[in-house]
Amino acid sequence: MYIYDQYDQKLVDERVEQYREQTKRYLDGQISEEQFLPLRLQNGLYVQRLAPMLRIAVPYGLMSSRQVRKIADISRTYDKGYVHFTTRQNIQLNWPVLEEVPDILAKLASVEMHAIQTSGNCIRNTTTDQFAGVACDEIEDPRPWCEIIRQWSTLHPEFAFLPRKFKIAVCGSEEDRAAFLLHDIGLQLVKNASGETGFHVYVGGGLGRTPVIASSIREFLPKQHLLTYLDAILRVYNRYGNRDNKYKARIKILVRAWTPEVFAQRVEAEWEHLKNAPATLTSQEIERVKGFFTAPDYQAVDSVALEAELSSQAAAHKAFSRWLDRNVRAQKQAGYAAVTLSLKPAGVAPGDVTDRQLEIIADLADRFSFGEIRTTHNQNIVLADVHKSELFELWQQAKSAGLATPNVGTINDMICCPGGDYCSLANAKSIPVAEAIQRKFDDLDYVYDLGDLELNISGCMNACGHHHIGHIGILGVDKKGEEWYQIQLGGSANKNAALGKVLGRSLSRDAVVDGIEKLLDVYVENRLDQESFLATYQRIGIEKFKERVYAPAS
Amino acid sequence: MHPHPKHYLKDGQIVTNNWQLVTADTAQLPSGNILVPAAYWQANQQQLADHSGEVGVWIDSHEEIEAFSSSIAAAPVIAINFPKFVDGRGFSLARLLRERFGYIGEIRAVGHFIRDQLFMMQRCGFNAFQFDSEIDLAAASQSLNDFSDSYQVAVDQPEPLFRRHR
Repeated sequence: MYIYDQYDQKLVDERVEQYREQTKRYLDGQISEEQFLPLRLQNGLYVQRLAPMLRIAVPYGLMSSRQVRKIADISRTYDKGYVHFTTRQNIQLNWPVLEEVPDILAKLASVEMHAIQTSGNCIRNTTTDQFAGVACDEIEDPRPWCEIIRQWSTLHPEFAFLPRKFKIAVCGSEEDRAAFLLHDIGLQLVKNASGETGFHVYVGGGLGRTPVIASSIREFLPKQHLLTYLDAILRVYNRYGNRDNKYKARIKILVRAWTPEVFAQRVEAEWEHLKNAPATLTSQEIERVKGFFTAPDYQAVDSVALEAELSSQAAAHKAFSRWLDRNVRAQKQAGYAAVTLSLKPAGVAPGDVTDRQLEIIADLADRFSFGEIRTTHNQNIVLADVHKSELFELWQQAKSAGLATPNVGTINDMICCPGGDYCSLANAKSIPVAEAIQRKFDDLDYVYDLGDLELNISGCMNACGHHHIGHIGILGVDKKGEEWYQIQLGGSANKNAALGKVLGRSLSRDAVVDGIEKLLDVYVENRLDQESFLATYQRIGIEKFKERVYAPAS
Repeated sequence: MHPHPKHYLKDGQIVTNNWQLVTADTAQLPSGNILVPAAYWQANQQQLADHSGEVGVWIDSHEEIEAFSSSIAAAPVIAINFPKFVDGRGFSLARLLRERFGYIGEIRAVGHFIRDQLFMMQRCGFNAFQFDSEIDLAAASQSLNDFSDSYQVAVDQPEPLFRRHR
């Protein structure tokens, strides 16, 4: 992974001191509430319903065991001993004290971490595939490009006060695991006919109140032009994005108003001035950054013997076999596998882990995955590069720490925002709904029989729980002070991204689980062979689901 | 916008302000050095040529700088207004003035901005800061030095960090 040099380190150290001074002036009454707002947001600090919330950046979801131990230590010293993993691969502390945030940031800086631009109307953390570098369908490792974008976007002098927040994702594989078409800029790594790397550039995707799938504006951008082209897009947006209405301020609204064709022309015209300027990437810099993402020291393996051993372990332990099926994924290096540690056991808010679990995750990473930890936008943890002969031992250790629930990719592996329990924006609670669903569908045989199923829950239309792109989406709504839930079907976040359709009138909290059960019944009755929920829905349409859920009680 | 604060920051120093900012609804031009709205500047070149003092121009954040780029090169001062401090359009305008239109005179921030933006504003080409409210300018000038280096190219540093140090 990327290691800071003296310049990277000095910048985060100076950022801590800048914010320490700003916090002091705020507490002394020299900075108004209004003026302090963007300053604290751009250092990750929100003021929430119950307490401040600090969002820590995990650039493209990659951390070392040393960093994870530091997070555990911080959560114990400055918080209540647990943290929350977010859908942008970041980490949130739910109970920090405003006065202590500069100290927390200093501790983060001591392990090459920060909270820069994790909130506010600026360029946010760049996200990517949690299986980057090991995915079998990878075109090119996206992480060096994410790091190049991280450095370019960090304290960019021109784009710190954009009309609205701005999110970039990079997809380096055939299958999309980064939901990159639902970002302000989505970059797909591609190769041209001569085998040269470039980017297919998409703009204007996003969730929130007006969900939109991004539009292509350039099919092949040669790699060395990445930063000047991003500068051109951001400059057009900074100058012409709507600043009067925050609900119309995302770039997607501008792209739609101008049309993608006109937006592309405006970007190209701006880029003509910037192209080949000194900000153009050098092959030396590209190689320097790529040099940090080298393959670990893989050992040659006897695949036949390994598979035989795994098969016999799986035959002897049904729970291990289930875990292999759901939580372990092949990677392109023979003899190794990528393991997802589920942060979705029933009874725990999705994505929450304790300080002790963080330390265990760090220990597991040191023991099994070369000390590297990845966070996922589905709010789980991935340990890649695990030698297959050690899977059984890893499973046993993860299981005793509550990190081996074999539910990855199932209905119980839901994406869920913090909701009305924590968030001041929420219309409704989301965590209790997630828990009720997990408790209802606790029969593992049934859950496995349902197969791949993405269920996403947001507590309000800001869509932090990505309800628009769940195969089943649940959206909390407020009806005259009561919490109700709208159900959507058919959303999907892959390369054929689709936004869910509303099933019908919203359901009361008590009726949600029953409604989900009916949806699943319709699926099971209508599916063909190995057809997934999404595929069945796409084939038979929404009507049968609707009829069942809203049928009068008999 | 404050029309005429006594002092402002220029090139890191506190200096006396001898410029009067004129808005569109000003009936008669005051004597002495003035900053006039960009549209007024364009429409009244002859009248301004006869003005007793020096004449600079101010641009609002939503204005198309491309429309004025040829005529304002001669202005000794170009002010960029921040209607709100979170309106970041002025950052792009300053860079365009310096980098695209080659403007080398004073670029002065006016209106609502805060000292915590000074480091980035300076990077984008502002070299003068006229605050709306009475603040401690000496203390504010410290924010110009919040960081000792930056990754990106900008007006203050035309080479990215990776070309200089890596």
